[in-house]
Amino acid sequence: MPILSIILFTPLLGFLGVLLIPGSKKRVIKIWANLAAFAGFLVSLRLTEWFDKSHPGFQFVERASWIPSLGVQYLLGIDGISFLLIMLTTLIGFIAVLCSWSAIDERVKEYYAMLFLLQCGMLGVFMALDFFLFYLFWEVVLVPMYFLIGIWGGPRKLYAALKFFLYTMAGSVLMLLGIFTLYFQYFHQFGRYTFEISELMRLTLPLGIERWVFWAFFIGFAIKVPMFPFHTWLPDAHTEAPTAGSVILAAVLLKMGTYGFIRFSLPLLPQASIDHTIVTILAVLSLIGILYGALVSLMQQDWKKLVAYSSVSHLGFCTLGIFSLNHAGLAGSVIQQVNHGISTGMLFLIVGVIYERRHTREISEYGGLAHIMPQFAFVFAFAMLSSAGLPLLNGFVGEFTILQGAFAASKVWGAFAVLGIIFGAAYLLWLYQRTMLGEVTNEKNRGLRDLTPREWAVFLPLMAWAVWIGVYPKPYFDILDKPVTQIVERVHGKTQPVEASLTEVAR
Amino acid sequence: MNFLELIWLIPLIPLLGAVLMALFGARLSKPLIGLLCPGAVGLSFVLSLGAVVQLAGLPERHHEVRLFEWLPWAKADFGFWLDPLSSVMILVVTGIGFLIHVYATGYMAHEHGPRHGGFYRFFGYLNLFVFFMLVLVLANNYALLFVGWEGVGLCSYLLIGFYYHKKSAGDAGKKAFIVNRIGDAGFILGMFLLFQVCGSLRFTDVNEALAHQAVETAGFGILSAAALLLFTGATGKSAQVPLFVWLPDAMEGPTPVSALIHAATMVTAGVYMLARASALFRLTPETSAIVAGVGAFTAILAASIGLVQNDIKRVLAYSTVSQLGFMFMAAGVGAYWVAVFHLYTHAFFKALLFLGAGSVIHAVSGEQDMRRMGGLKDKIPVTFRTMLIGSLAIAGIPGLAGFFSKDEILWQAWSSPIGSKLVWAVGIITALMTAFYMFRLMFMTFYGEPRMDEHVRRHIHESPPAMTIPLMVLAAGSIVAGWTGVPKALLSGGFFQGFEHWLAPVFEHGHEAAAEAHHNVATEYLLMALSVMVALTGIYIARRIYLQRKESERPTGGAIYPVLLNKWYVDELYDFLFVNGLSKGGGTLMSRFDQRIVDGGVNGAGWMTRTFSRVTMFWDQWVVDGLVNLSAYVVKSLSYPVRFVQSGFLHSYALMFVFGLLVIIGYYWTR
Repeated sequence: MPILSIILFTPLLGFLGVLLIPGSKKRVIKIWANLAAFAGFLVSLRLTEWFDKSHPGFQFVERASWIPSLGVQYLLGIDGISFLLIMLTTLIGFIAVLCSWSAIDERVKEYYAMLFLLQCGMLGVFMALDFFLFYLFWEVVLVPMYFLIGIWGGPRKLYAALKFFLYTMAGSVLMLLGIFTLYFQYFHQFGRYTFEISELMRLTLPLGIERWVFWAFFIGFAIKVPMFPFHTWLPDAHTEAPTAGSVILAAVLLKMGTYGFIRFSLPLLPQASIDHTIVTILAVLSLIGILYGALVSLMQQDWKKLVAYSSVSHLGFCTLGIFSLNHAGLAGSVIQQVNHGISTGMLFLIVGVIYERRHTREISEYGGLAHIMPQFAFVFAFAMLSSAGLPLLNGFVGEFTILQGAFAASKVWGAFAVLGIIFGAAYLLWLYQRTMLGEVTNEKNRGLRDLTPREWAVFLPLMAWAVWIGVYPKPYFDILDKPVTQIVERVHGKTQPVEASLTEVAR
Repeated sequence: MNFLELIWLIPLIPLLGAVLMALFGARLSKPLIGLLCPGAVGLSFVLSLGAVVQLAGLPERHHEVRLFEWLPWAKADFGFWLDPLSSVMILVVTGIGFLIHVYATGYMAHEHGPRHGGFYRFFGYLNLFVFFMLVLVLANNYALLFVGWEGVGLCSYLLIGFYYHKKSAGDAGKKAFIVNRIGDAGFILGMFLLFQVCGSLRFTDVNEALAHQAVETAGFGILSAAALLLFTGATGKSAQVPLFVWLPDAMEGPTPVSALIHAATMVTAGVYMLARASALFRLTPETSAIVAGVGAFTAILAASIGLVQNDIKRVLAYSTVSQLGFMFMAAGVGAYWVAVFHLYTHAFFKALLFLGAGSVIHAVSGEQDMRRMGGLKDKIPVTFRTMLIGSLAIAGIPGLAGFFSKDEILWQAWSSPIGSKLVWAVGIITALMTAFYMFRLMFMTFYGEPRMDEHVRRHIHESPPAMTIPLMVLAAGSIVAGWTGVPKALLSGGFFQGFEHWLAPVFEHGHEAAAEAHHNVATEYLLMALSVMVALTGIYIARRIYLQRKESERPTGGAIYPVLLNKWYVDELYDFLFVNGLSKGGGTLMSRFDQRIVDGGVNGAGWMTRTFSRVTMFWDQWVVDGLVNLSAYVVKSLSYPVRFVQSGFLHSYALMFVFGLLVIIGYYWTR
């Protein structure tokens, strides 16, 4: 059964369904969208049953020739890393649809159509094993996101949407150059054209070329992550996007960048990836991201912008873990990517809940909300603690493992990164204090409704997942063990790429 | 029943209590909550007692229960480890925790408002705290210990900020959490170093790996760094210099919280951690010296501040900081069992004093300023008598718990091979201050003229039995708890040195300190006499000043008074440097940098592109398109004559067509 294709195209089915329903029947569209999104999640659950964590290569591989003359294939397959990100994507995709029920009331049809298209693009990014296919999905993602921000966004939506589109587009173009370099180098060495990643891994390139390609990839991925100093599209895009858009942006879209580093930069360009100068630059940029993002968060007056900047800090941990280039760092990084999806997803949902009620994101407009909305206060506290890395919740497992990896790579990195957890607590606690604690200072906040059952349904799965990762992270470490070991060995030159090539699993 | 296999239930039961409160607390009645939550801790106490009794019967004196793997790379399980050290801790946590829970049912009974004014929330937090504290002391590895460590920090945050409508409470909670996080950062790095050396974070693996390491005498190596970083964590949790500033502010929390978390249990976690890591600290004499130094410095600094505070809870808070300093002194000179011994006796008398203070505050309608108390002795006799016992115990009057443990610390500081006479001297001066500030508190509160206003005075009443019975039990504990650690010079026998012998297996690492050789009985008697004299002197001075003189005649303390009253201005310094300077200043600076420079670059690039495209457009319109238009113009001009023919009228074309046809036909015709 081509399970990956089924997962990949379920959102497209939802998309087509939305197109068939007349735009005036908003309720029908909403019901359909929720059902289809839920179906998308259910379908992906089959993977949890079938995924074989002891299998060293890619699983569920599907291969079909597409443009033979250019060597382009329709090639899908996943390993532990993409498996976790796909599960995150399908769950967040459903939650994004569910949380939009009452928030979106204009152009409902187009809205859900865009969400489904986006979902399909993101899933494709995490499944594609052909570079051309990957690039296609990578670019597909931009378009619906552009419209989501530009049409359903906040006051400065046009600026933010355009900035998001152009900025990330600029990065992708450079990445495309890098892809073509590899493509032609492969032709040069092997006499045929292919975009297949495991084939491209057989290339032996001079360090000089690897470096250039690395930097080309770097621009593409670093903008997406985003790493300092390429992050300034993010606060605008996050802040202006509708809640579902912010949630997807933070939870999934940013992970495309980190995933790119793990899937392409490291295995395809092992020499450049271990190059001392390059690694140092990337680690330093990550460290700056961690501390800088946290400090800037501390002084934000806009609730949503604060959360957006905290993403810069958290993603700094993820990239630091990657460029620690050891098992703990990489495994921690992937876990932290999932964690960031859960925690920051929740934080954006929280802003969404309050924005729907009061239509302002100014922190100073709030205060003492815990008196009015105790359940909301509880969920917010939970999300805050998960984001701040409190043990027994998800954030700690990822952060702690990354820190160990970074520390093993360099004690100085570890020492600086660990400061991030202090500031992380500071900006979140201060935000919580300013919004939730104290007396109710603003009369407009009196009588705000506490969480509705639908809103609880949005939060509960994420909360449950956060506790699961925090208390029993072993399955995650097991799933990541094989792929991470392979990448680490590949980077440190211990295995030949041929061994890591595709082996199909009969299903 | 095999209690040893059930030790995982000891933390789990309070957790269940907390979960119950979170889910159904708002719907339960106060009496039921008052039964459930203390009951959960009480049940844990029974299980602990059973487990400890069975532990005593084991030849190897330790037992491990591993539930499941947690962080595989660190070899850190969800596993519990019961040995003599953790047995002392769980008994203290559940035993004293139970008493304080019972007390709190009385103390918090008057909380009014929606959902009983947070009655269930309070007990939920309190149970959650006990859970994390038990995880902390029962963990079999550093990572799980850290889980408890952070968890108690969270509960401390929640409980300090329990009255969250007050800004000061929110501020204090946040301060506690962040200051603790600074220590935690050190703790984390320390763990990583330890992991690097030992390849595991399990206590047994670590101790085994360390057994093969030589003492780090030649300078400051990796082990010393690990030890120092762990100690940084301890200074945060146990409120030592330089991270002690959060504890006095933590008194914003309800008094039972101060007693349980900020006196008896959580703040001693740092001492416990050091004792747990004693194998490491034994190898690093330099770090041990730092520990002793920091402990001594904290002890005297906090005591000096405690001399002049007027808030009854703040006096006790500084006293706690100071007493924790004593514990670190003991740990620093290598006398770990004494540190734990003082931890254990201190838990009794300091919990007692805090609960007593709570009872006083309860009696005077919430007043905490001792300048508006006085003369309460006969009005709340139970509180008075029990607090007097606590004060005598902490001052170090022979026969009470504090005497034995404090005196042992001073003796160890003097006699231990890595001890120091300076540490001893600081200790004895601190002991003088301790006796003074405690009896200043007693005299200002219970003696003299009542200074509260008429309305308050009429309402003074002794607390209900739910509060006084725990006081009496703790008072009894403050008397007898010390007798398991009597100096060998006075009494020797199994029971009287029971504490030391019980803990001995934990601290034997093959590097047995040769303290016995230096045992000089005559010196020990002399020092003991001296410390008793010092205690009596402290009490006497307090009596002279606060009992026998009127307020106007009391010495003002001169220039040092405002310095002490303002806590040596440490808070102001930290605010200036770290809160406003580094965090807010840095944050503001970075925000501007981000907006103007980084994003300025992006917007600048956008502007440049736009300007460039404007120029391009101009060029395109006037030059490129101009050329096109020019060529079009040329063509147009050239075609001008032809245009007459190209009229677009069908009939003229038809005419021309016919005309042409005629011409062609004519041509052939005429040829």
